[in-house]
Amino acid sequence: MQNQRKIRVLIAKPGLDSHDRGAKIIARALRDAGMEVIYTGLKQTPEQIVETALQEDVDVIGLSILSGAHKTLFPMIMELLKQKGLTDVLVVAGGIIPEEDVPEMKKLGIKGIFGPGTRTNEIIQYIFENIPKRT
Amino acid sequence: MRTLPKIQEIARGVLAGDRRSIARAITTIENNSPKAQELIASIFPHTGKAHIIGLTGPPGSGKSTLIDKIIREYRRKGKTVGVIAVDPTSPFTGGAFLGDRIRMQELSTDQGVFIRSMATRNYLGGIAKATKNAAKVLDSAGKDVVIVETVGAGQSEVEIIKVAQTIVVLFAPGLGDEIQAIKAGIMEIADIFVVNKADRANADKAVMDIQAMLQLNSKERMWKPPVLKTTALTGEGVSQLIERIGDHRLFLEKEFERKRSREKAEAELVEAIKEKVANSIIEELKTEGKLEESLQKILEKKMDPASIAEKLLNKKFKKQVQK
Amino acid sequence: MSDNEKINEIAKERERWEKTTLPKWMGQCPERKSEFRNHSGTLIKRVYTPEDVNDLDYMRDLGFPGEYPFTRGVHATMHRGRLWTMRQFSGYGTAEQTNQRFKYLLKEGETGLSIAFDYPSIRGYDSDHPFSKGEVGICGVAVSSLKDMEVLFNGITLDKVTTSMTINGPAAMLLAMYIAVGNKQGVPREKLGGTTQNDVLKEFFAQKLIIFPPKPSIKLVTDIVEYCTKHVPRWNPISISGYHIREAGGNAVQELAFTLYDGITYVESCLERGMKVDEFAPRLSFFFAAHNDLFEEIAKFRAARRIWAKTMKERFHAKNPRSMWMRMHVQTAGFTLTAQQPLNNITRVTIQALSAVLAGTQSLHTNSFDEALALPSEEAVRIALRTQQIIAYESGVTNTIDPLAGSYYVENLTNEMEKSTMEYFRKLDDMGGAIPAIEKGFFQKEIADSSYEYQKEVDEKRRILVGVNDYTTEEKQPIKVLRVDPKVEEEQVASLHKLKRERDNKKVNEMLEKLHYTAEKDENLMPTIIDAVKAYATIGEICDVLREIYGEFKELIVI
Repeated sequence: MQNQRKIRVLIAKPGLDSHDRGAKIIARALRDAGMEVIYTGLKQTPEQIVETALQEDVDVIGLSILSGAHKTLFPMIMELLKQKGLTDVLVVAGGIIPEEDVPEMKKLGIKGIFGPGTRTNEIIQYIFENIPKRT
Repeated sequence: MRTLPKIQEIARGVLAGDRRSIARAITTIENNSPKAQELIASIFPHTGKAHIIGLTGPPGSGKSTLIDKIIREYRRKGKTVGVIAVDPTSPFTGGAFLGDRIRMQELSTDQGVFIRSMATRNYLGGIAKATKNAAKVLDSAGKDVVIVETVGAGQSEVEIIKVAQTIVVLFAPGLGDEIQAIKAGIMEIADIFVVNKADRANADKAVMDIQAMLQLNSKERMWKPPVLKTTALTGEGVSQLIERIGDHRLFLEKEFERKRSREKAEAELVEAIKEKVANSIIEELKTEGKLEESLQKILEKKMDPASIAEKLLNKKFKKQVQK
Repeated sequence: MSDNEKINEIAKERERWEKTTLPKWMGQCPERKSEFRNHSGTLIKRVYTPEDVNDLDYMRDLGFPGEYPFTRGVHATMHRGRLWTMRQFSGYGTAEQTNQRFKYLLKEGETGLSIAFDYPSIRGYDSDHPFSKGEVGICGVAVSSLKDMEVLFNGITLDKVTTSMTINGPAAMLLAMYIAVGNKQGVPREKLGGTTQNDVLKEFFAQKLIIFPPKPSIKLVTDIVEYCTKHVPRWNPISISGYHIREAGGNAVQELAFTLYDGITYVESCLERGMKVDEFAPRLSFFFAAHNDLFEEIAKFRAARRIWAKTMKERFHAKNPRSMWMRMHVQTAGFTLTAQQPLNNITRVTIQALSAVLAGTQSLHTNSFDEALALPSEEAVRIALRTQQIIAYESGVTNTIDPLAGSYYVENLTNEMEKSTMEYFRKLDDMGGAIPAIEKGFFQKEIADSSYEYQKEVDEKRRILVGVNDYTTEEKQPIKVLRVDPKVEEEQVASLHKLKRERDNKKVNEMLEKLHYTAEKDENLMPTIIDAVKAYATIGEICDVLREIYGEFKELIVI
């Protein structure tokens, strides 16, 4: 049979933030767009997120956080991804990330940041256009 | 651009137990990429050591919580564990929601545990083969135990779970008439039955109901499937379950089971031959631009598929012979 | 003419109007949509007439305020007698900072306190726990021990205020701290007034701040109700919540039905404990959201009162009218507020607050306009408070009780919502109750589907969000948002370590062991928790003892 490549996405909720309405909507929307979505629930440590991304060999990591703890948790996650050699994974983030923090987050390597009010189609398009091509 | 290492590098990594290589190897298999066969060929000689356990049960039976406890119990005993959690691909969208690992997440950072979620991807027979090969990867990577988990709902789930050497079927009391609802296919191949949430009032009744069903359906099986009770939330009953799984493994090493293994190997070979021959002939037809012709014959009821196949095979073998 | 004859007359006239007057207008000025539905899916008619309230019986279905079935209000004088409590949910940074915010709000006219705890505290972790890194004081105030609670109420005596605490898993610990603070201030527990949210059921499918599995969680809830019924009679031990169900994506009917069914489950648990319904029911309180659809929300609150009264009377045979009261706190819906053009949120909050007032709430929190950006700045929270004060003093809506009563539309909606709720009750009863439903993922699926549907409506512009998918503007309004000083975590951790050094650790260990023992014996844990808290055992230490015994729990995910 033919090559069956699917886009695999990890939707992760780092830290103690328990608002998962957005994460679940994105998970469902991405599934409905034909992607394989791994969602690991709430209260994920940076180590758990990166380990999961590695084991699941994902193309994309979507980080969802509304608690304001992104300033501490995102750098930890990006550093771990580097250590594990996962720098080719597309990392995007959503939730409540103040405008003034966005440049810093982008510098860490988080390519797309989607604030409240983003249409789900926008995120889906972004992923299709930005996932790393595999040889 | 993601440049992937050569397949031989991945295979070497798998045999060395490198987690990134294991992950990439499973992706190669999932994608059914042309390199997958080369990969399997490289690791196949190193398989056969792991005990492959299948675990299935209806939603709400506490499967994932139980697996978490099972993994912990094996880890306590110093064993390494691989988990393949299979979930259905949506027939409408082609996508899948893979949420089984949530209850095992704490174990994801344990370097002795490797958890991978796989979607059925809905290609005929494909997932069973992919699961089997993914299990081989984990086996060859040195895992002592490989757990394959599915939701016991459909026919394809029966095919997936047959990949395992020991099949554990899970129930929870009070979920409804699940005993009748579970397809006959699963009941017949189960090696161990577990009633989870044993702290519930009707747990004992569930155990009796299963035992009664087993009596009714008692084909002559050398292994009498035990019916166990567990409370996954607290871990009660899990060590006994592990023991019985171990017992079953010992049973499998006996003579008549070796015969069954031989039958399995033959079936696998037949499957592999079928697939290769079919693929090769269809590819040829496509290249020659003749596939449409054959399909039209079927649609117009001019010729049945088996007859067409025979014609094509005869042509191919004649070609071979003439060569 | 008899009533039925009058109705038939009106029906005939309506049909005439539809055949003659209406078509002319449909030609000149056609309707903007082929169907008008509210978010719960209810089809809304063009016009409502007496036909739509044909079976409404005033005394049976409405009655007078302060009398069964309490549809029109739980008190006979309602806001004419006493305005609702203006209770702004607040908290951030250290206890010291939040103490300042409390004092500011009291000065500006709020009439009740409401504590927002930070994530580590609500999840039962101390400020120095590995999980707390980056989270201390960011979403609420950091409270790890009684010491923090003392600072929080510095200069505020507990017999002069009532305090609501949004806390669920560790509710017993925070209540214990509040009692201990009162003790230190010389205020006996009998005089303490306030609320602990303590509603663990909705955590499993909405707010998700789960610590322990369902059974022990409910046990802890019941412990608190039992303790307060005996010893803290002015305290509302539980605030059965729908707000979070709504925020998680549920619609108004789901909010109503699931909240009240949770209430039923708690009543059953207390009865199983051996309490008598009239002993504890008067202190059960509720917490709802106030969303955008003005009339649907009003109908929802009225239906809630009537359904609860009937449930307490018919299902649980309560005799005391106070057991049938549904006293509610309302918060305007956070989810509806936008990051785009944030000043628009002031308008949204006004409409939402108005629905709660028109429907007779006992207590109200209005969100600040910067809700989607950060925690409320001082200016933003002041405006939110002023919104309530303007409604109270300038709008005239509080001059009479339940002004919407008799509206054909609102009474019809109220009836419909009651019917839909009773259908949900039947379904849930058939499933065996709230816990089996949670295990089967029933609530979760209902909410996930509503939430996804809402998003699709917004994505496809079938639902307009002003400033977000329409009437957008490129220019950004510069808003100064509140940022919590990262030094807060350092300070808090240092202070916690100091406490742990200086307290009587032998006593703490004794208390924790006693707690372990009491928990294993399945007794009411409140007295032991109060003792532990007084010895300055921390939230994390107490929760860890319980985690060991009860285990931790992970939610069932349904998307």
